[in-house]
Order: sequence, then structure tokens, then C-alpha cells
Amino acid sequence: MLGAPLGWMVVVYLGSLGMLVVSAFYRLDEFTGKSTGELTTENITTVVTKAVYRNLMFRSVAVAAAVTVLCLAVALPVAFYVSRLASRWARRGLIVAMLLPLWSGYLVKAYAIRAVLEPGSDGAGGGLMRSVIGWSPGFGYVSVVLTLAYLWFPYMLMPVYAGLERIPDSMLDASSDLGAGAARTFRSVILPILVPSVAAGSIFTFSLSLGDYITVKVVGGTSQMIGNIIERVLLAPNQPLAAAFTLWPFAIMLVYLAVMARLRAFENL
Amino acid sequence: MKTRARIVAVAALMTAMLGACGGSDSTSDSGASDTTVAAGMTELGAGEGAVNLIAWAGYVENGSTDPKVDWVTGFEKETGCKVNVKIGNTSDEMVELMQSGEYDGVSASGDASLRLIAGGDVSPVNTDLIPNYADVYAGLKDRQWNSKDGVSYGVPHGRGANVMAYDTTTGTPTSIKDMFDPASKWAGKISVYDAPIYIADAAIYLMATQPELGITNPYALDQTQFDAAIAALKAQKPMVGQYWSLYTDQQAALEKGTVTLGTSWQVIVNLASANNKNIAATKATDGATGWSDTWMISSKAKHPNCMYMWMNHIISPEANAAVAEWFGEAPSNAKACALTADKNHCTTYHSDDEEYFKDVWYWTTPTTECLDGRTDTECVPFSEWVNAWNELRA
Repeated sequence: MLGAPLGWMVVVYLGSLGMLVVSAFYRLDEFTGKSTGELTTENITTVVTKAVYRNLMFRSVAVAAAVTVLCLAVALPVAFYVSRLASRWARRGLIVAMLLPLWSGYLVKAYAIRAVLEPGSDGAGGGLMRSVIGWSPGFGYVSVVLTLAYLWFPYMLMPVYAGLERIPDSMLDASSDLGAGAARTFRSVILPILVPSVAAGSIFTFSLSLGDYITVKVVGGTSQMIGNIIERVLLAPNQPLAAAFTLWPFAIMLVYLAVMARLRAFENL
Repeated sequence: MKTRARIVAVAALMTAMLGACGGSDSTSDSGASDTTVAAGMTELGAGEGAVNLIAWAGYVENGSTDPKVDWVTGFEKETGCKVNVKIGNTSDEMVELMQSGEYDGVSASGDASLRLIAGGDVSPVNTDLIPNYADVYAGLKDRQWNSKDGVSYGVPHGRGANVMAYDTTTGTPTSIKDMFDPASKWAGKISVYDAPIYIADAAIYLMATQPELGITNPYALDQTQFDAAIAALKAQKPMVGQYWSLYTDQQAALEKGTVTLGTSWQVIVNLASANNKNIAATKATDGATGWSDTWMISSKAKHPNCMYMWMNHIISPEANAAVAEWFGEAPSNAKACALTADKNHCTTYHSDDEEYFKDVWYWTTPTTECLDGRTDTECVPFSEWVNAWNELRA
């Protein structure tokens, strides 16, 4: 039964990952952009040692981390309200409302946000934000973080909601019987139980943000993330160097997943 | 048949989890020229029913952009070759697409054509099979960017200069200094073409402002000159509001006022001014980069007959006039001038005015051997231009 899916996993998924790593070692003819058949570690050296590229990695990680924090900050109160305070009927409606954005296209949402954030020129034009509150963050990293947080929010919300749902009422009652206030209950009872759920949600928000390059193009102005340089180099066309660049997010995600595994994130997926 | 290691790009799962990269596949053979498909063509056979093209935006219009702009439908009816087009946003992208071997032909600028010829991705063209070739301006035939050792590698499409697009309410730019000078009143609202070849624009700026560097050709830069160009681009960076490669991105930014001055193509200005009548274009007085494009046939073309028919069609007086007028460039076919809707089109775009094109620097591929004829020094090759541009943008 498992044979076919496992075979697919090994050949297509791990196989292509392996090829990706191998292709990072090819040398290209500089003029024609074709492989010369020689092997080289130059590509790897370039992406690891150049300061501009290292800064780009740090910036991408910072964006992904900011998106994760923002998603979490919004998801916690929302999930708490939906799972604990809302009436049964309201709860169903809210769950549907939270999942609804997942059913519309990525680009549709990205361009919708773009219409909201459009800075326009001095005194004229601009998007919804400018016409309503007279200000917009403009196109840049702030807009990228806002847009990505909007796009990936459901992925954080659902595990957090599921985690909260599982906490029995008796546990919260016990906490208040022992004299803990709402804040103390949240800090000492709910939060520790939620750690694996948050970790699971953060894997989605972090990894999806780290690899994103389309949102950056739509609302990022002149901003660049790791995905943009990979696309740029791939089209240069220099596939070996592009492959070398992908080793960065590859390594970052391996570390991230290892940390999350320690937080027992995978028990909640 | 030579075996070829095919490196397939990463599956979708991978794309979501790790650095997302565009799907593509490229062959990694040693680039040996395989020109058997079209070079051996001595006579034209029947059409294969389809032709797959890579083209600049605005070069292959079937009426879907504007119902009145259509030089494809007639061709399809006449030849039975269904035209499928993939827009290439930069020359580098076109080279990448051509290497896939999935396309029959490309409208290549000079910075792509030489690399395609060297890489064996395109075949020589037997111009005897293209009747309209006879009417092409002699000044455009057998040039360094469309032929090699006297063998023609394509048919000239047309040429023009990259313009400066601007919003007339913000003033009138005249010089390329308006794009680079930190004191420019457009600072912060400048739109720059996002490709390594744009380094040549910085070189033109230096030709105008720092003659002591001795740049005589913006594509022939020795290390000192190249470093100065990169320094100019770094200084320009804080003034840039947008780096564009997708023409619709620049069009939208111009229309909405997100940017008010930028390197552009006439066709973008035409499209933007239809929605915002304040958008206009001008050619910088200090000279400009430009293009002289060539339709080339892939060495792996699956529809060579249809591609030959297309090459004949696109330089026919009717189609060449239509595309020249739509894109805003000089046609390559002398007879096209009689067929443009605007009878002054060929005069406006200087189609036969070699003097005008003297300070238009057609996109070409920089090589270690200096293109300006200097032999006492080495020039910075295009691969270094690409690296420098990647670093600048990162």
C-alpha cells in the first residue's frame, strides 16, 4: 500500500533535491551559459562568503520571523475567542470565515493588498489606505510583512485553534480555583500547552515566507528576498549558482525544523 | 544521439518549503552546435500547424491587447501555423528559454543573439527562402549581432532607442543625468530596467559627466570604468522607486504615479498614456541604449517551416509597419514606411537615418576582448556584469 507513495517520495522529491544539490557544483561557460562539464565549488563559495548575499539571507530570515510573530500575535486572541468564548453557532461561522481566504488565489490576494497599500504620488492617486487614513507604508519590507502575514495567517490560526480546543475546561477551572487570574492562567497553563501548536503553525508561516518571491515583487517596491535572487540567477541563466543559493533556505529550514521538532511541533501537525 | 544530463528543476513541494524558484529546465550539454535542422533547409515545406515564439512584449499581437492591433490572425489563416507566444522580459530570460529547446524562434536583441549563436541554440538562416528579406535596409543586414563569418543567423526586425518615460506634470527630463544625479528632482520616483545590461546606461551617464574615464562604448568597459559605472548605480539606488522587468509593472507604476521617470520602451509609454494622458517619452540628449532586433530560428525547432513563414511574415511591409508603429520603433523593411497609419512614422523614428543611430548604443554582449577596438587592456565580460548586477540588487 505504501510502496507507490514512498517510491514517489524517494524518487521525485528526494531525487530532485539531490539533483539540486549536485547541480550547484557545475561550472558554466560564461558566454553561452551552458555547462562545461567541470565541477567547481565556486558557486557555493560565492553565496556563502559574499557579504551582500549573507545580508540578504539575514533580511529574509528577519522578514519570515516578523511574519511569524505577527501571525501569532493576531492568531492567539482570535483563536481564544473562537474556541472559548463564541457561541456554538458563531463558532462555526467564524471557522468558515477564517478558512475562506484559503480558497481564493494567492495572486488575487496579493494584488488586492497591493490595491490597499498603493502609495500613489504626492497629492494624487494611491490606494484604499491613503484615501481612508491619508497614509500608507508604501511599497517595501513593511508591506511585504503585512501581506505575507495576511496570506499565511490561516496556517497559524488553525493549529493554535486546535490546540486551544483540546484544553479541557476543567483545567482552566482548576487554575482559577487555585487563585490564578486570567493573565496567570494564560501564562502558566494555556501557553505551555500551546507551544507545540504554535511551533507547528510557525513552520508554515516561516517556511512559506522565507521562500516567497512573488509578494516581494507585488508589494515590495525595490525590496529583495532570497527567492528573488534565486529567480534572477535562474533566469540569468545560471542554474548552478541558483541551486547554490537554494542551499541557504535549505539549511535554514533544516535548523528550524530541528528546533521545532524539539518543541514537539510534529505531534500536532 | 548524444545523451544529455537533464537537470530538472525542483518540484512544487520543494518550492513551497524552500527558496521558491521558478520552474524551468535547462540542458547541460557542452553546447556543441547542432545546426542540421534549419541550415540544411534548401526549400520550404508545408507548415507544421504551429509555431512557438519567444518575443518582446508587443512584437506578436493577435488582437487580444487591442482588437485593432493584430498581425497574427491573418498569418495563422494564411499558413495554418498557430502562433504561440511567450513574452521574454529580458534578454537573459530569452536565452534561458531558448536553451530549453521548446521554442522555434526568438526576437533576439544583440545581447542575446551573440550568446545564442555561440551556444549553438540557433541555426543559420537561408535568407533565399524569405522573399521579403530583399526589402530590408541594407544597413541592417549581415551585422555583427545577426551574422557570424558572413553567415546570416536571422532577419532584422527593427530598431529603436530606449526612451525616458515621464509624467509631464513633474517637469520635462532632457538628460540621462536626470536618472542618475542625486540632485535630480525625480529622486525616489525613478524606475529602472532590472537587467545587467542596464549597467550600460550608467556608462552613458559617465560618458556625459566624467569624460576623463575615457569611455567610448558603453559595452566596452575596462575594470576602472566598470567600477565607476557600478559606483554610479549604487549612488542611484536610493533614488530608485522601482526596478522593473515585467513591462506591465512599469506601465502600472507610471499610470498610478508610483514612479514619474524611468527607462522605458515607447510601447509602454503608448499603453500608459492611453490611461494617463500625462505620460510622455523623450530620448536623452546624451545618447541612449537601444536595440536592433533579429528573428532567429532555434537549432532544435520542431516547426522550422512555420518559423520560416513567420520570419517572412514579420518583415513583410504590412506586418513590419504594424509592429513598428505599435512598439514605437523603426521598421526594418523599407517598404513598410508607405504602410504606416502615421505617414511620418519612419521620419519620426529615423528608420533610414544612420546619423541618428550614431548615439544609440544597441544592446550587445560585452566580452573580454574590448568591443571598442582597444587591445592594450581587457574589458569586463558579460558574466561579470551579471554578477555585479546580482550583487547590486541583493
